[in-house]
Amino acid sequence: MAPTPNWLRRRGAKPEPQSDALWEMCPSCGERLYKKDLAERLWICSRCGHHFRLHALDRIALLADGDFHELAPLLATGDPLAWSDRMPYANKIAGDRQKSGLLEAVVVGLCTIEGVRTGLGVMDFFFRGGTMGSVVGEKVTLLIEECARQRLPVVLVTASGGARMEEGVIALMQLAKTTAAAERFSALGLPLVTVLTDPTTGGVSASFGFQGDVIIAETGAAIGFAGRRVIDQTIRQKLPEGFQSAEFLLEHGQVDMVVRRTELKGALGRLLHFLTDKAVPA
Amino acid sequence: MNVIVELEKPLVELETKIAGLKKLNETQRVDFSAEIAALEEKARQLKLEIFGNPTPWQRVHLARHPKRPLAMDYIGALDGFTELHGDRSFRDDPAVVAGYAYLDELPIFVIGEQKGRDTKDNLYRNFGMPHPEGYRKAQRVMRLAEKFERPLVTFIDTPGAYPGIGAEERGQSEAIAASLKVLAGLRAPVIVNITGEGGSGGALAIGIGDHIIMLQHSIYSVASPEAAASILWRDASRAEEAAQRLRLTSDELFEFGIVDEVIPEPLGGAHQDPQRVIHDTLAADKRSLLKLARLSQDELVDRRYEKFRRIGAHVELVHDTAAR
Repeated sequence: MAPTPNWLRRRGAKPEPQSDALWEMCPSCGERLYKKDLAERLWICSRCGHHFRLHALDRIALLADGDFHELAPLLATGDPLAWSDRMPYANKIAGDRQKSGLLEAVVVGLCTIEGVRTGLGVMDFFFRGGTMGSVVGEKVTLLIEECARQRLPVVLVTASGGARMEEGVIALMQLAKTTAAAERFSALGLPLVTVLTDPTTGGVSASFGFQGDVIIAETGAAIGFAGRRVIDQTIRQKLPEGFQSAEFLLEHGQVDMVVRRTELKGALGRLLHFLTDKAVPA
Repeated sequence: MNVIVELEKPLVELETKIAGLKKLNETQRVDFSAEIAALEEKARQLKLEIFGNPTPWQRVHLARHPKRPLAMDYIGALDGFTELHGDRSFRDDPAVVAGYAYLDELPIFVIGEQKGRDTKDNLYRNFGMPHPEGYRKAQRVMRLAEKFERPLVTFIDTPGAYPGIGAEERGQSEAIAASLKVLAGLRAPVIVNITGEGGSGGALAIGIGDHIIMLQHSIYSVASPEAAASILWRDASRAEEAAQRLRLTSDELFEFGIVDEVIPEPLGGAHQDPQRVIHDTLAADKRSLLKLARLSQDELVDRRYEKFRRIGAHVELVHDTAAR
């Protein structure tokens, strides 16, 4: 069946999700896209330029020069609250592991980006909505501490719904832990660059997300403290056009630049060279 | 509706009755002392029954009780409090009060999240939910504490940072992230008191410190029970269930090592005897400040780093169990 032409679609109606193993529906323009092509085009819609959410490993493949030495790959949550609601938290985690191919919502390691040795941490929204619990907090902290030891810059790519509810206040304390590491790191004169991707909200935007020396937002990303639903429920009034989009944040002075995915590696490379190269050539 | 206020109703009736009898006893010739004693015993029993072992949900409502002492009640009990206003850039946020005072003879800077006493006051204080400018005012005072080598004492009582259009436009995330960063590296002693509701990043923004004190029936959580229920199950009406699961009580937080000291409250909550609770809290603040005063700035910051560094629950797996 051919996709419904755009002019036939009711205005404001969300396109029906018709994604399957081979095809992906663009959530922005409704175009039906062949997955293999989409992956080759870095998961950017060929019709409207919409940036799909990217898996952490795809992001690492995009940014690293080909080398990536993962740190703390086997850290897993200790389930501090012994949480269970419709199913035990442990089962939710097991399910996400199957779906995402990851053990947790962040992958951290050392690599080079455009020839600059750097620490790279990438969050994955497909694992528990990229939420930060003990493991995410610990891995981000370990990465920053390792880079402080080796005097390397750190790039953190965020994609997160915030702190992980199932780890309660222990998750909240990860904001403090990662912040303390970032603060020490910063005091050494080393650069922290954050790349905020779709979506970045709550405890991650309110900690290391917005602690970067330079903050880059990826095109079209939704970024904010409170989620749209929460704001809607609280104030019950119409939200402005493009509210909480990367472009909206740029306009309001919250981020340094908005960068397309195709330009991201180049932009990061130039920035890292500028911040770390010796100022005076020998 | 506050479940504690509802539970208190028979108790309040009983106490009114006792007060009436006492008055009669003084003015009339009939002796009511036996009746009074019996009613007083009944009230005591009732109090114990209602409040002896409050559930997490009841504790949420004790923490939100309309008569619970608020940040300004503690700050006002200090000597010579002078309020400092404004973030120097946008406006003065009434949900955050800040300034300087003396704790007995000790000069300190203070920051508190301030709720209102009634509807009008709550509208003015935005129900204790700060905007970015509130956190930026707080940062200004944190830096003053460092510059003038005075300890900082904070009072947490907020459902969370305000989720609204202006707050987002002015960078609520950045404001909280920056507050966390200033506190993490602050070269001055920081004492944190969780006196009411400790909701989410909006509470933690003034909550990184060297000694964390929590009132027995305060709560401290990754999100308010309502917000957590809405995030987890898209249903804020399941807040009671969230409150049970979140482990937000002082006993549990003390067990987790997140809170260093718990101040006991009178049976029925802090509002049963506010003067005592305020006195006990400020006395605990003073005790820990005197202890912290012995540490150098470097020791303080290193100790604080380690304190938060070790919080987490993770294990190292032997095999990668993900389907990579």
